[in-house]
Amino acid sequence: MKQFLLTIKDALRDLAPIILVVAFFQLAVLQQPFPEPGKILVGLFAVVLGLSLFIQGLQLSLFPLGENMAGALVRKGNVFWLLFFAFALGFGTTIAEPALIAVSNEAAKISASAGVIDNSNDAMNGYSLGLRLTVALSVGVSLLVGVFRIIKGWPIHFIIIGGYLLIVILTQFAPAEIIGIAYDSGGVTTSTITVPLVTALGIGLSTCIKGRNPMIDGFGLIAFASLFPIVFVLIYGMVV
Amino acid sequence: MDVLLTVLSTFLATVRDVAPIGILLLFFQLIILRERVPYLKRVIVGFVYVVCGLALFLIGLDQALFPIGEIMAQQLTATEFIQGGNAGGMLDTVKVHWWQYYWVYIFAAAIGFSTTIAEPSLIAVAIKANEASGGALSPWGLRIAVAIGVAVSIALGAFRIVTGTSLAYYMMVGYLLVIIQTMLAPKMIVPLAYDSGGVTTSTVTVPLVTALGLGLASTVPGRSALIDGFGLIALASLFPMITVMAYAQISQWRGNQIVESIS
Repeated sequence: MKQFLLTIKDALRDLAPIILVVAFFQLAVLQQPFPEPGKILVGLFAVVLGLSLFIQGLQLSLFPLGENMAGALVRKGNVFWLLFFAFALGFGTTIAEPALIAVSNEAAKISASAGVIDNSNDAMNGYSLGLRLTVALSVGVSLLVGVFRIIKGWPIHFIIIGGYLLIVILTQFAPAEIIGIAYDSGGVTTSTITVPLVTALGIGLSTCIKGRNPMIDGFGLIAFASLFPIVFVLIYGMVV
Repeated sequence: MDVLLTVLSTFLATVRDVAPIGILLLFFQLIILRERVPYLKRVIVGFVYVVCGLALFLIGLDQALFPIGEIMAQQLTATEFIQGGNAGGMLDTVKVHWWQYYWVYIFAAAIGFSTTIAEPSLIAVAIKANEASGGALSPWGLRIAVAIGVAVSIALGAFRIVTGTSLAYYMMVGYLLVIIQTMLAPKMIVPLAYDSGGVTTSTVTVPLVTALGLGLASTVPGRSALIDGFGLIALASLFPMITVMAYAQISQWRGNQIVESIS
């Protein structure tokens, strides 16, 4: 109970800046009263309670589970299952992501109106599904490559910088309508539940494998998961 | 009734978000590893907390912050507000200079900073980074460094939309800075810095920032919401890398023991 009160206090502190900014701009700059202050207070209460519950729940479930899983898979000594787990985690959490579904449908509409694909429901559904599969596949691949990197202990910066150079080059050749969507898809894929689990996985792996440092080798999975989708979607735009 | 429906649908959406992860973990634990889940009861309680917490958090944002934040973004970018009420029929004759949007830039930076501080996935990464560094890297240091990065990038992004310059220039300069800093910054911060780029653009930041971008792109003459509206998110995942690496560099210069105590 005492622990919970502490998390509530933390949550209040985390949310204070937003509340201050919104209140300052509403009252001092725009000089308008708050519409429906009762509803806003109830909402803020839900936000504070929700954030505390979420952080508490992370420490109880996703963090230990992710690290345990990493440890158990390393002890099992089977690289195939470890890589399979990484791929399935990336693919499975991305394909059902609501934000991605929304973005793909939007992208299909834009492409249809630009004349890239036929303006029929079939063509649009096909395009949108193709885009979703592309992004989910790319996140799966990026976690797979990321985990492989941790096993091998490769330095991260060559891959990331190389990836950005590739993006810069691909941007020159990709159709203009897809570029915005591609850049956005990198940010869409890393949801609030995936990030803690993936971070725990990386840290767990680098702690279990001999000669790896959690700080140098454990982080970087999220970076891959926000880089690869951009590359894959740019290519998708050039191929389709 | 309406509220009840939102609560229910948000709750179901969160369950749907968590379900694939739960199924995958269960499959591996029981079929591949053939091990019982350690501390099963605690883990289940934790999962219930995560689902309920995230659902409550999203419902609260939807009820309290997002509507007012979006209205605010529209009002601050409206031409009447920018010209201080002398608009009327003179809209065509009065040229709006980029610096007249100063409240927009201040708002952009403030909202970028404050939403980042409240971002749950960044809190999670900061907790892990603190553990992994043996307590040397303070969670607040990291979160403030990321938040400053987002603040700068949203303000710059707003400036870019107002002036209509090409996003590519900003991205290229940003990438160049990232490459230079990668060579100069302490090695142990680099992977974490790369990660912090992807982490920032999540539940709280994206909706408010998108509203600001679309508001600006649709009110500034000559901008299209479709082409100029995006790009804020792209910048927001670039600049935190720079500020996080800068944070480590500054700590190092000041003779702080962060680096030595880890390596």
